[in-house]
Amino acid sequence: MEARTGRTARERRARLGLLACAALALVATLASLAVGPVTIPVEHVLAILWRAVGGSAAGAEIGLRETVVVLDIRLPRTLLGLMVGAATATAGAVMQGIFRNPLADPGLIGVSSGAALAAVLWIVLAAPLAAALPLALGSFGLPASAFAGALMVTMVLHVVATRDGRTSVATLLFAGIAFGAMAGAGTGIMLFVASDQQLRDFTFWTFGSLGGATWAKLTAAAPFVLVLLALAPPLARALDALALGEAAAFHVGIDVERVKRLAIAGVAAGAGAAVAAAGVIGFVGLVVPHLLRLLIGPGHRLLLPASALAGGALLLGADLVARTIAAPAELPLGIVTAAIGAPFFLWLLLRRRAELFG
Amino acid sequence: MYEAKEIDYAVPGRLLLEGADLSVRPGRVTALIGPNGAGKSTLLKVLAGELRPRRGRVLVDGRDITALGPARLAQRRAVLPQDVQVAFPFTVAEVAAIGLPPGERAPSRIAEALERVDLAGFRDRPYAALSGGEQQRVQIARALTQLASCAGPGYLLLDEPTSSLDLSHQLMVVDLARQVAREGGGVAAVLHDLNLAAMIADEIVALKNGQIAARGTPAEVLTDAIVADLYAVTARIGSAPPSGPFLLPQAMTRA
Repeated sequence: MEARTGRTARERRARLGLLACAALALVATLASLAVGPVTIPVEHVLAILWRAVGGSAAGAEIGLRETVVVLDIRLPRTLLGLMVGAATATAGAVMQGIFRNPLADPGLIGVSSGAALAAVLWIVLAAPLAAALPLALGSFGLPASAFAGALMVTMVLHVVATRDGRTSVATLLFAGIAFGAMAGAGTGIMLFVASDQQLRDFTFWTFGSLGGATWAKLTAAAPFVLVLLALAPPLARALDALALGEAAAFHVGIDVERVKRLAIAGVAAGAGAAVAAAGVIGFVGLVVPHLLRLLIGPGHRLLLPASALAGGALLLGADLVARTIAAPAELPLGIVTAAIGAPFFLWLLLRRRAELFG
Repeated sequence: MYEAKEIDYAVPGRLLLEGADLSVRPGRVTALIGPNGAGKSTLLKVLAGELRPRRGRVLVDGRDITALGPARLAQRRAVLPQDVQVAFPFTVAEVAAIGLPPGERAPSRIAEALERVDLAGFRDRPYAALSGGEQQRVQIARALTQLASCAGPGYLLLDEPTSSLDLSHQLMVVDLARQVAREGGGVAAVLHDLNLAAMIADEIVALKNGQIAARGTPAEVLTDAIVADLYAVTARIGSAPPSGPFLLPQAMTRA
C-alpha cells in the first residue's frame, strides 16, 4: 500500500515518460520499415513481419518485392539503427553517471574516435590475419578491436581527468578533444594508405552511416551491445549514489572501484560496437540522456532503459531524414545528428556555464 | 563497539595520524575536537573505511572492516561527510532515498527522516535549489535513513554536522545525536564548536598534530590548560552545573 500511495507526481510522470519512449521507438521502427524509395503501407509491413516469424499467410496479397525490401534491406538497417542508438545513448548515460558530468558523451570526449581508429587499424593491418581466421570468428574482430580502442581511451581519460573522486570538466573535455584529434589523425592516415577494398570511405568512419547494414554486421555487433544493456540496469543504484561523490557512494555500500570497472567496460563495449557497425555518430549519447533527465528525472533506474529506447528512436528518426532528404543520395547519418546535436550542446554549455566552469 | 586501533595515516611527505585510537561505544556520543589540521576528519574517514590506514586496524563489533566490504559495512554504520555536491538534478526525497538499502522503496521512512531534520515540506524540491544549511540537513536525513535500516542499532559518523546550520538546527543535531545514542546507537562527531561538543558528548577526544592529546568527559577535557594547549589561546572555562563546562569567546585571547 505504501508503495502505491507514496508514488510522487514525478515518479508517475517518469513511468509515463518511459512508456512514451517505448512508443516512440515502436513508431520509429515502423516508419523506418515503411518509408523509403518504395513506400510500403504499415499494414503490409506488419503482415510481412508476421509471416516472417511463421504467422499465417492469410490477409492481403503482398508482392515479393515488398517482402524483400522489408526483410532484406530495411529490417537489418532498422535493427542496426535501434541497436546503435540504444548503445550510444546508454553508453552516454552510464558515462555521465561515472564522470558525474552531463557532458561526458563518448562521441564528444574522443572515445568513439578511439574506437574508430582501432576499427580501421584492424581492417587495414589485421586483414590478412582476419582472412586466416574462421569467418565466424573474424567477423567479431572488428567490434572487438573497436571495443579495445574505446576501452583504452576511456581508461586513460578517467585517469587524466579524475582526481580524488572528482572529475574536472575542463580537463575531461580538453583531454577528450586531444584524444579525438589524435585518433582522427591516425584514422585519416590509415585510410590514406588503405586500399579501396579495405575501406569504403572516410565519411563512413567520421560521420557514420547505417548504410550497408547486413545481418552479419548485426550479429557481430549484437553481443557487445548486449553486454552494455545487461550491465547497465544493475548499476542504476550505484550511479545514483555516485551523483553524491565517490566517498558518499562508498558510505552507502557501493564498491566504487568495481562499479567503475564494470561501467567503463560496458561503455567501451557498447560505444565500440556502435562505432564498428555504423561509424562515429555524435551527440546521441549527449542529447538523449540530458533531455530525458529533464523529462523523467535523473534516477538511473528509469533513465537507463528510457535512454536505450529513446536513443534507438532518435537514431532511426535521424536515419530516416538522412536517407530521404536528398534522395536518391544519402546524407551521412552523423551530419544529421550533428545538425541537431551541436546547437543543443551549445545551448547546454550556455545554460550551465556558471556551474560547469565556475 | 566501533574502534580504530593504533592508526597511522600518511600522505606523501606528511604523517597525518600517528598511533591514534578511537572507540565509539553503543549508547554513547563521542566528539572529536582539535585545531585545524589536527587529523579529526582524517580519523573519521579512516573509521568510515574511506581511507586505508598505513598501520592499525578498524573493527566494527569485533570484525575488521576491510573483511566486511562496502555493502555489509553500510549495514553497520552511516556517514555524514563534509560538503556533498550532487551532480544531477535530484529532488530532496531522491537524495535522502540514496540512504535506503538496495531494492528498497520506503516513502514513509524518507518522509519521517525529512521531518526529523525540519524539511517535511521539501521532498519534491530540487536539491540544488536549497541553501547550504538545508542541503546539509538533507544529507543528515540521508544518513538517518541509512542508519534506520542498519542491522540492529548502528553507528553514525558525523563530519562537522553543524558547519552550515543556524543556531536552532545546531541544537537539532545535538538532539538527534543524543536520540540515536538513547536508542542504542553509537555516534562520533567532528565538531569545532566546543560548547556544542560539551552538550552533545559523553566523551570528548582531542587531537593535536595527528595524535590523541586528551580524552575524557567534557569536564575532564575542556579545562583551561588543555584548551590553551590545543588551540594556543588563553581561555577561562566556565561551568554551569547541569550542562557542564562552557566557553565564552569574550573570555578568550590568542596566546
